[in-house]
Amino acid sequence: MDVMVQLQRQLFDYTASLFHEGFLDEQFNQLQQLQDESNPDFVVEVVTLFFEDAERLLNELTNALSQENIDFRRLDAHVHQLKGSSSSIGAQRIHTVCISFRNSCEEQNVEGCLKSLQQVKHEYSTVKSKLETLFKVRRSGPFLVRVLICNIEMTYGETDFGCRGVSVLGSVI
Amino acid sequence: MAIAADSQFHVLAVDDSRIDRMLIERLLKTSSFHVTAVDSATKALKILGLVEDDLRNFDTSVASKFHQDVEVNMIITDYCMPGMTGYDLLRKIKESKSLKDIPVVIMSSENVPSRINRCLEEGAEEFFLKPVQQSDVNKLKPHLLKSRVKEEQEQPINNKRKGMEESYSPNKNRQKM
Repeated sequence: MDVMVQLQRQLFDYTASLFHEGFLDEQFNQLQQLQDESNPDFVVEVVTLFFEDAERLLNELTNALSQENIDFRRLDAHVHQLKGSSSSIGAQRIHTVCISFRNSCEEQNVEGCLKSLQQVKHEYSTVKSKLETLFKVRRSGPFLVRVLICNIEMTYGETDFGCRGVSVLGSVI
Repeated sequence: MAIAADSQFHVLAVDDSRIDRMLIERLLKTSSFHVTAVDSATKALKILGLVEDDLRNFDTSVASKFHQDVEVNMIITDYCMPGMTGYDLLRKIKESKSLKDIPVVIMSSENVPSRINRCLEEGAEEFFLKPVQQSDVNKLKPHLLKSRVKEEQEQPINNKRKGMEESYSPNKNRQKM
């Protein structure tokens, strides 16, 4: 089953790329190590909590920055929370943006804050979609694996398969 | 009241972040600790103080059992929390006659030397930088074992001391001669 080996290899490479490109750091590995047979969904659970918290905080931040008189202390408090939770799950890029976001809050620099907010929203949506892909692929059976690997390829490049659609691969295996 | 040597240590974890609560709880459980996680220092004090309140209401035999069931062997708390901070909680615990010997550990996402020193001076056993690692949690057992040994030693010594005081005074003079 050469194709399955190659698919597994692709999944491995995809995960590795998330680390290599700085989306995830060592803390994410720590989370994976805390997962075992008695807590098989630990990583998904923690990351799901993170998604919920992050979305709530991003809404609060957008709200706070749209006020006439910006409350920088409140703004900073929210960024501090987001910085903390992103660090706790290993979402490195979000954490990094939060650091400069806090500096802008301290300087009461509105433009800096708006720029940071835009950046953090972008980083958040990117890492969210990558993690969701990762979770789907890991949990699914062989068929869905093939479908999603195709998706991944379409997003970040073609592989030796030249996978262009489910029906193509479906007929191969 | 003897404490069973092999009973699980009970750790009270305090953190307003639910992600961090979930993390610390998992970390502590992998070390076989029994964990209660709360989201505020106020709630933590309630759990710690609740023991004392209920002791007053129950008769002695029931109270001792209740005390043992909710006994807290260690408190691990986040520093930055809305309302009462982890530092405030630490101080309250160290000021309490009944709670001051419970080891307290502080966690913080910020590496501020003056903050760390302040906490250690106030009596915190350890200061962990977040995200807390398994290697940090591995440092906790020695503190807990030390506390347990200390508790067990203090009880027989207190009984022994009483006995010694009663017998020494008359004997001392006799031996001199």
